Amino acid sequence: MDARFTRGKSAILERSLTRPKTEVSLGAFTLLFSEIVQYCQNRVYSVSELQSKLSELGQQVGARILDVLVMREKNGKRETKVINVLLFIKVTVWKSLFGKEADKLEQANDDDKTYYIIEKEPLINTYISVPKENSTLNCASFTAGIVEAILTYSGFPAKVTAHWHKGTTLMIKFDEAVIARDKALDGR
Amino acid sequence: MSRQASRGTESKKMSSELFTLTYGALVTQLCKDYENDDDVNKQLDKMGYNIGVRLIEDFLARSNVGRCHDFRETADVIAKVAFKMYLGITPSITNWSPAGDEFSLILENNPLVDFVELPDNHSTLIYSNLLCGVLRGALEMVQMAVDVKFLQDTLKGDGVTEIRMKFIRRIEDNLPAGEE
Repeated sequence: MDARFTRGKSAILERSLTRPKTEVSLGAFTLLFSEIVQYCQNRVYSVSELQSKLSELGQQVGARILDVLVMREKNGKRETKVINVLLFIKVTVWKSLFGKEADKLEQANDDDKTYYIIEKEPLINTYISVPKENSTLNCASFTAGIVEAILTYSGFPAKVTAHWHKGTTLMIKFDEAVIARDKALDGR
Repeated sequence: MSRQASRGTESKKMSSELFTLTYGALVTQLCKDYENDDDVNKQLDKMGYNIGVRLIEDFLARSNVGRCHDFRETADVIAKVAFKMYLGITPSITNWSPAGDEFSLILENNPLVDFVELPDNHSTLIYSNLLCGVLRGALEMVQMAVDVKFLQDTLKGDGVTEIRMKFIRRIEDNLPAGEE
């Protein structure tokens, strides 16, 4: 057996998954996040690289929060339908990470693979002012990464990107196969 | 600076989980970017320092805490006001040196390490080293040079997490005219 299960150095597997009571200040988070953005910025050459770096970090968060939330809020049951997994993100994930539901969830009129989560004032961007020369930069790429990981690890491979549109819009583009499967499930 | 004008003394709160996981993502990234744990520790301390330098302003603006007259008062403010305000915890203060220039903070529930396990190949990583940088940076801005380091860490199997703070000297230079 893996040493870490027998050594008893950490009781992590015994920890309860109930919602933690501790809260931290938004200031602490935003200062940390700002350092993260600066750190990433020092290691990249372009805005799009910076955004994908932030998204990678977000994916780490998403991958970890998914199981916790499924166990805690969904009785261990995963979603199988596109609309349900999107609602899970809009409601459950958002509430637990940002303390409120996402403002809007919309489907693109012309494309059944594309959905949008729209947030007027995303928490991530609270104290960030975007410099003029990098006006396309949206640090909500971090949140996009969180969403992308949650979708992907739930069995809905997708690309999620952040854009400035009606506030901040996360554009979710599902793989063809996801939509095809969803339609097949509907037909049954 | 319109944002500052609207800033109340109450600070907004948020889920500690997003904070914890974000910090975890950062440490993971640093472990990928740097070859050894020492460099990760240094980078965490540096980032913490940058945070501390900015955080002290926010703290002084919100807390109405005046200048501390001695290191004991400083310890109290750090443990009972600052930690409480930013991380929602109150570490206990112990192990004062006879000269009163050194003490330990014992952290019961360090929010940075919720659900964290150190893999065996990172035995020298000081996971929460960011905190040392924050404390050092913040105190430097109020003219105190201090040495901050982890003596014990529950992540490494110790019973408690202990941060040791040692007062080095008052920074007298560059006091703006009219202070004190």
